[in-house]
Amino acid sequence: MKQMNLTRRKLLKMGMLSVCGTMIPLSALEIFKPEALATTLDHPYSQKKRWAFVVDTTKCVGCGMCVKACKLENEIPFDAEVTRTWIERYVLTNKGDVLIDSPHGDRYGYTKNDPEGHDLTDAETLKGFFVPKLCNHCEKPSCVQVCPVGATYKTDDGVVLVDRTWCIGCGYCITNCPYFARFFHPVYNTAEKCTFCYHRISKGLKSACVDACAFGVRKIGMLHDPDSEVFKIITTQRTMVLKPEYGNEPHVFYLGLDHIVR
Amino acid sequence: MDLGHVHGELWTVKSFYTYPNEYIYWTVHIAVYPYITGLVAGAFVLSSLYHVFGRDELKPVAKFSLVFSLALLFIAPTPLLFHLLHAERALNTMLTPHFYSAIAAFNLVYLFYMAIVVSEIWFAYREYIVLQSQSRTGIYGVIYTALTLGSTDISEKALATDHKLIKILAAAGIPAACLLHGYVGFIFGSVKTVPLWKTPLMPFIFLMSAIISGIAICIVTYIIGMKLTKRLIDNETVKSMCQALKWFLAVAFILEAMDIVFHAYVAEESWDILSDVLFERFAFKMLVVQWGLGMILPLILLIIPNIKTIRAFFAGGLILMGVFMMRWDVVIGGQSMSRSLAGFLDYHMPILPTSLEAFKEGLCAVIILLSAPFVLLYLFNFILPIFQSKTGEKGL
Repeated sequence: MKQMNLTRRKLLKMGMLSVCGTMIPLSALEIFKPEALATTLDHPYSQKKRWAFVVDTTKCVGCGMCVKACKLENEIPFDAEVTRTWIERYVLTNKGDVLIDSPHGDRYGYTKNDPEGHDLTDAETLKGFFVPKLCNHCEKPSCVQVCPVGATYKTDDGVVLVDRTWCIGCGYCITNCPYFARFFHPVYNTAEKCTFCYHRISKGLKSACVDACAFGVRKIGMLHDPDSEVFKIITTQRTMVLKPEYGNEPHVFYLGLDHIVR
Repeated sequence: MDLGHVHGELWTVKSFYTYPNEYIYWTVHIAVYPYITGLVAGAFVLSSLYHVFGRDELKPVAKFSLVFSLALLFIAPTPLLFHLLHAERALNTMLTPHFYSAIAAFNLVYLFYMAIVVSEIWFAYREYIVLQSQSRTGIYGVIYTALTLGSTDISEKALATDHKLIKILAAAGIPAACLLHGYVGFIFGSVKTVPLWKTPLMPFIFLMSAIISGIAICIVTYIIGMKLTKRLIDNETVKSMCQALKWFLAVAFILEAMDIVFHAYVAEESWDILSDVLFERFAFKMLVVQWGLGMILPLILLIIPNIKTIRAFFAGGLILMGVFMMRWDVVIGGQSMSRSLAGFLDYHMPILPTSLEAFKEGLCAVIILLSAPFVLLYLFNFILPIFQSKTGEKGL
């Protein structure tokens, strides 16, 4: 019988090969995960569940009721200078200056024409408008990409959430959000953001800010539900998104944006 | 508890339009962290110049820079722990690492590098440890015996194997050091929302500045250490360190300058406000301290022939200051321009520890963190003697 001549080098070589060899079939198990299987199914685009938001800036009066409602609904300490949603004021003066502000995120409402503390008369104001902002619940959220522990994630229906029990508080997601929709919760000290009021919309209610708006500025609905107002607006009107250049594919669609909006 | 208190409010001063949630979230610790890891990488590269490339004149600092690199490595993650709002959950990065995030790999890179440094030190000191375990008694005897890990063979053949392994580890350590620090650069370079950081050059810029700061701190600490222990400073050693430093410094300067020139030339939308930050708000810190005093002046000092200890000492000190300033300018400067491109955020580091947050994120914590590696080095020196004159103890 031929003698087996197994050197240490050979043994290591064979060991490495077997490890690598078993890895390949093991990795195939991935497709048995339900979520992995789901991605292989060809969803007709119109059936994909996806929450989206529409903001009609032409209707906003800057009353701040949405900001107030959001703070109360989502238990963000009212006096804390952080907020899940806010309203910006843009004013173009007759001197060509663009004045932008959002004192206290507009939770007390705008009551005077005093952008950045300048009292302006009507004659000095060429144009002025309000832009409500919130988390854009991006299709490719850069905040989720950079979370080192997976504490922030996107749900199947497109809402980006944070797990307060797992967040380590590094702030990488806050730094990586182009819209600065994130901040540290003053009580929990974890990353915090707008959830589209996921606890409400998943029960068939509307987001708190949508309900609080008396002017119909804010609308939430399923992106590809032909009966939803959001779907109708996006498919029939000219909408825009904020900062598309970052490639995040934001899902808050705006009507009446202007080139001076940041 | 003050429910209205927001993290970041204490040290951020806003001007013009900034988003309501915008604060300086990455503070001084995020400048200290790459500074210390940079020193680790640089000190290690210096010791490898001797072990791998056979620069014999570096022999007196080879052991020292290796042990120093370990002392620094122990402290390297602590600024991050100070920075985290939930430091107690730090290990979540190992339990559920999300590898799309640059930070998630930190533990792996760090532990891999730590393993290389610790084993190289063990091999480098093995003969010394075995000899000590045989001759010392009491607590030292116990420590040295434990450190032998049961391996007491110091025959010529065993020592030759040690030397071979040291060489392999030192060689493997160079890419590991580059990985560790290039990776820190990647953490910044991949933040797409901060125009100052978003450049593929970032890992290389960080790597080069790491190497120069690491060599510089070895020069400075070597000179001080030899003076304190009243030993003879080897001029050839200092000269050789300066020689390496000079070249790395030149490359570091070119990379940093290239980055700014590129930003200015392509002049994207953010350049208007970015140039305001760089050339007005950070003009003194960046142009004078970081570049003028931290790079150009030391480069001149190093280029002038016949370098002596005192000139090397000053050049090293200036570089250390310049690199720290560079970390500061990158981290704080990057966040000083609002993401709205219409406002600024100024950072005022808390000086007095008036509250836990002011202590944690303030000057006191920074002083503790920056002096900790020296305390560790002092303690290590009791077990593993780091300084040796050329004619003194046996080399590696």
